[in-house]
Amino acid sequence: MRLGAGSGFQGDRLEPAVILASQGELDYLALECLAERTIALAQLRKLADPGAGFDPLLEKRLGSLLPIAKRNGVRIVTNMGAANPLAAGRRVMALSNELGLKVKVAVVTGDDVLGLLEPSMRTIEARGAPLSEYEIVSANAYLGADAIVPALATGADVVITGRVADPSLFVAPIAHAFGWRLDDWERLGRATLVGHLLECAGQVTGGYFAEPGLKDVPNLAHLGFPWCEVDSDGNGLLGKVAGTGGSITLRTAKEQLLYEVTDPGGYITPDVVADFTSVSLKQTAPDRISVQGGNGRLRTPTYKVSVGYRAGFVGEGEVSYAGAKAKERAQLAGEIVRERLREDIPDLRVDLIGIDSAHRGDFGHPGAPYEVRLRVAARTKTRALAERVGAEIWALGTNGPAGGGGFRETTYERIGVVSTLLERSRVRPAVTVLELDRETQAA
Amino acid sequence: MKRKLHELAHARAGDKGDTLTLALIAYRDEDYELLRAQVTPAAVKQHLGQVVLGEVRRYELPRLSALQFVCERALDTGVTTSLAIDPHGKTLSYALLEMTIEA
Repeated sequence: MRLGAGSGFQGDRLEPAVILASQGELDYLALECLAERTIALAQLRKLADPGAGFDPLLEKRLGSLLPIAKRNGVRIVTNMGAANPLAAGRRVMALSNELGLKVKVAVVTGDDVLGLLEPSMRTIEARGAPLSEYEIVSANAYLGADAIVPALATGADVVITGRVADPSLFVAPIAHAFGWRLDDWERLGRATLVGHLLECAGQVTGGYFAEPGLKDVPNLAHLGFPWCEVDSDGNGLLGKVAGTGGSITLRTAKEQLLYEVTDPGGYITPDVVADFTSVSLKQTAPDRISVQGGNGRLRTPTYKVSVGYRAGFVGEGEVSYAGAKAKERAQLAGEIVRERLREDIPDLRVDLIGIDSAHRGDFGHPGAPYEVRLRVAARTKTRALAERVGAEIWALGTNGPAGGGGFRETTYERIGVVSTLLERSRVRPAVTVLELDRETQAA
Repeated sequence: MKRKLHELAHARAGDKGDTLTLALIAYRDEDYELLRAQVTPAAVKQHLGQVVLGEVRRYELPRLSALQFVCERALDTGVTTSLAIDPHGKTLSYALLEMTIEA
């Protein structure tokens, strides 16, 4: 079977997915669009409007993809349901009607576990604080392939989920296509590796890889997204559509294989504990990498739950200095802002963009750049306090060092995310099938 | 002779909460041993001291000629609450490549 990756993050490019659906000879197209914090923000939109809370690009993406996918028999699996998968499913039904397509949609729910949290539960982050310390706005369990496979079994053209583990968007169609048991840990481990290689889409075809001269990538502007041909044991062959930009090499595959992996021998998903250390990657042809020999073992007894909470406000401001003594003038401006906010906002971060903002130092490159941008940022309890940061940046226009320009400021409420664990038995995934004028619960 | 890791290897950063992952991948398989011997967890912790406040663990992946570094307390309390201009620490792959070794 062959499946493609049509999106690697919420705002990803649409064109590569269209090319994959048209020319990729796919059985399935999976679109990953839900970052850790995205679902908490979507939950806030749903609170304001019960019909909202799904991915704002849902209609744009599926409006383009549905006619092509339907024509080519490509089934779509996506987590664009975000905080409101059922509303997303209904929107897809309405969209299909507008397009004159007969589409069956299966919606996976049950990831919203806000009602199951207890104040005494602890976060898994370093401090292990009880949840009672947080002003919680959302809680979503990372569901796995066993929640998605029943949706695929309904024969739906489109499967929409909320929070699921990213690799599970790929593991589910693979397991479904071959009729695997969901306790076949070795195969699930290999499919998880395939899913992990695909989940960031363009990151395995040469996206986020290029460095001119040393790591050149052809035609990056028209980067194509990957597909993987998977056999019944879960081994894969990565490739992309001929003529698209980018390249798939051992180097691009290795970077993606290790991306965000905190234990290569024990990569935990809701499906399996996968082992990537035994994998063997081989370049079999240009833009083709064979992926063999991943492994897996018994899954954990818990789901990881992503908990969104109100984390106060952030105020940020920036201003540029260029030419003689640019660094000194930017430094002086930073000291002035710090002094003016000292009593009200003691916890202030001051960066000199061009010198120390990204790496907190210059690793022995002390030369003064021609231009420097001052950035000041602070976390505060109230919006009014956060707005003071931007106000002081603007004040530098007539009350600061010479020659500052390009004033920008922003203030926003921040949603933080912590994680906790929940026993599997407490979480009840469910599938709702949407057909013309009919909604039914799948068994 | 002192050489920058940038000449010998490529890198990719990733994030999980307040944890930074750094993959260091040898361009040539024959350089893997050299990296394994000198780019120790302690050396990386020393090199990235201003960024990584917690411990550094290292996983060896000889089949990939790669080392995976897992750095705790490296993202200013975590991606969703960091005040850094790059809250994910995505640019830090190139901070690792600034490290020098004897090669």
